[in-house]
Amino acid sequence: MVKKVITGNGASANGARLAKPKVIAAYPITPQTSIIEKLALMVSNGELDAKFIKVESEHSAMAACIAAQNTGVRTYTASSSHGLALMHELLMWASGARLPIVMTDVNRAMGPPWSIWADQQDTIAQRDTGWIQFYVASNQEALDTIILAYKVAETVNLPAMSIEDAFILSHTMESVDIPEQETVDSFLPPYEPKFRLKVGEPMGFGSLVMPEGYMEFRYKISEAMDEARNVIRTVGKEFGETFGRKYGLVEEYKTDDAEVVLVIAGSVASTAMEVVDMMRDEGKKAGVLRIRSFRPFPYEEIRKVAKQAGLIGVFDRSYTGGFGGAIGTEVKGALYNSDASLPVKNYIAGLGGRDITPKVLRKIFEDMFESLNGGVKKEVEWVGLRDGSGRW
Amino acid sequence: MVKLTIPEEEYMLPGHVACQGCGATIAMRYLLKALGGKTIVSIPACCWAVIPGVYPSRTLEVPLLYTAFETTGASISGIRAALDMMGDTETTVVGFAGDGGTADIGLQSLSGAVERGENVIYVMYDNEAYMNTGIQRSSSTPAGAWTTTTPGGSKKEWKKRPKKSVIEIMIAHDIQYAATLTVSYPEDFIKKVKRAMEIKGPKFLQVLSPCPTGWKSDPAKAVELARLAVQSRVFPLYEFDHGKYKISMKPKQVPVREYLKPQGRFRHLTDEEIETIQMHTDEQWEILLAKEKFTNELYK
Ligand SMILES: Cc1ncc(C[n+]2csc(CCOP(=O)(O)OP(=O)(O)O)c2C)c(N)n1
Ligand SMILES: [Mg+2]
Repeated sequence: MVKKVITGNGASANGARLAKPKVIAAYPITPQTSIIEKLALMVSNGELDAKFIKVESEHSAMAACIAAQNTGVRTYTASSSHGLALMHELLMWASGARLPIVMTDVNRAMGPPWSIWADQQDTIAQRDTGWIQFYVASNQEALDTIILAYKVAETVNLPAMSIEDAFILSHTMESVDIPEQETVDSFLPPYEPKFRLKVGEPMGFGSLVMPEGYMEFRYKISEAMDEARNVIRTVGKEFGETFGRKYGLVEEYKTDDAEVVLVIAGSVASTAMEVVDMMRDEGKKAGVLRIRSFRPFPYEEIRKVAKQAGLIGVFDRSYTGGFGGAIGTEVKGALYNSDASLPVKNYIAGLGGRDITPKVLRKIFEDMFESLNGGVKKEVEWVGLRDGSGRW
Repeated sequence: MVKLTIPEEEYMLPGHVACQGCGATIAMRYLLKALGGKTIVSIPACCWAVIPGVYPSRTLEVPLLYTAFETTGASISGIRAALDMMGDTETTVVGFAGDGGTADIGLQSLSGAVERGENVIYVMYDNEAYMNTGIQRSSSTPAGAWTTTTPGGSKKEWKKRPKKSVIEIMIAHDIQYAATLTVSYPEDFIKKVKRAMEIKGPKFLQVLSPCPTGWKSDPAKAVELARLAVQSRVFPLYEFDHGKYKISMKPKQVPVREYLKPQGRFRHLTDEEIETIQMHTDEQWEILLAKEKFTNELYK
């Protein structure tokens, strides 16, 4: 094991290298570029035995990965924001075709107006594409998640996305353990698909199906997604045994006795955890539930936390233009048929890279305590708006 | 003694669901005869996404990957890359897409694949409109043609601009081999596919494939119609092989009227309009002759 100080993109590139994809197809977009530049160099240097198809668009990147994976090899790609949006049609194709493709998305805002900074709108908008979505909170996790994602994806035959924040992770250096190839190989066996394009076995992949057959294909995907929930838990545990870092669907921080819990995804969760410590020093029982797997959604973990908390706040770094943020509505959806009946307040913040400082998070926690005692006055609140109200 | 030049092997099973007289179906049959069984085909949205039949039945005796409408170039690149990485450089990878999937929505991914030099064969079966969705114009629809989106109407708005030449776009990519083919000249068809197989790198084949349903013509006359397209020089058969143009046949010229007449999609054309089409056809033929002469002198 080597310890290196590298960026999130460096970590993702190394995670991809260690997973040994045979075909990479990718197209550059800020802030993903340094991932694919590093991989291009690794391939050119022979450090990675793969073919890198330098496609003319993200749409073609995913189409080429789909075709290569269907032919029988492990594939990888990376994108961000507008690139991910352009892939949309093929993201659906990848899951529909049950191909365990793994990609990294660097979470970036969608234009207009143009913005290259951190924001979860791009991946949240792909929620329904049938991809497993992991939101990471550190560079180490970015590397680890790619390796883990391949194992999960290849077990349930669904594609998976490892998602890192623009700049906050992608371009920020952190100390990262880079595992040895042999250790990764022992954890992640070579890719052996059940079905593939093969001369002598004339099968058609993706042919027209009548209404009598379509729903069953979709039901199988839904079953696989449900299965993924458990697979993520077991593979995350196995990952811990192999590499010393255990991962689950969520990360809980001081939720056991928390009166208010903030549900949050991405690197900003670590800031929230520090704020929790500050609050606790003042005797205020706050906690954080970090969502690592957004798809499949960790509804059981959420229900567990809701059982003893008095109020849940949900932090969304995106909005859905209708009723708050996606994580907010998902959390509420998870709680509705449970025994929990506690208020949920949704905070929209940090869009387009707006800085989320400890001060901002502290105000959110304070508002949560206020709402716990005085009731939720506003169900969905935009935090940090420069609207002159001075509220935030 | 007759020399058999059409392979006897069949890679298309009976039971496909194409219309009567479908040129694209004949095109696939000849293509696979020439390519043989060591072939993987990728097909985007188009009539041919339906023709092989409904899941779980199949018409083709080769592995087939369906792909999204605009992705054929990328799809065959992905298959090729995976095969190469698995140590299989022998299997032929072929994309089989319509004119819409090639000249319009898929032009970008085709251009990317050809520019990168992917070792694949791209076949554009050209029935000169979006037939799968019910005969809408494509950029490969010829001038003057009726389609459901160039319906004429009281303003007489049929397709105005001439057919986009995808083969010339391919040639502009410095492609090693590109050719035009059609279903009424099977020997020429097979020969060109075989030639494409000999070359490493991207190959482009444009196959004129009559569509009786969309062209409003007699299904029994589909092959005849394709022959008239060549004889009238509306669709000349030629090759572009490593820089040199080679016109495959220079048959005695038939007036374009003979080709247009049996097709309902051109029924509304006035004598004057037919004359304009004739002039354009003659000009294009002269340009092609000049290109053949020039490139053969240049690369003697
Ligand atoms: C992105 C996308 N847009 C539109 C369609 C609908 N569509 C399916 S086939 C087709 C036309 C195909 O035309 P062409 O490529 O000429 O093939 P043909 O049907 O004539 O054989 C269209 C518009 C689609 N499948 N995907
Ligand atoms: Mg067509």
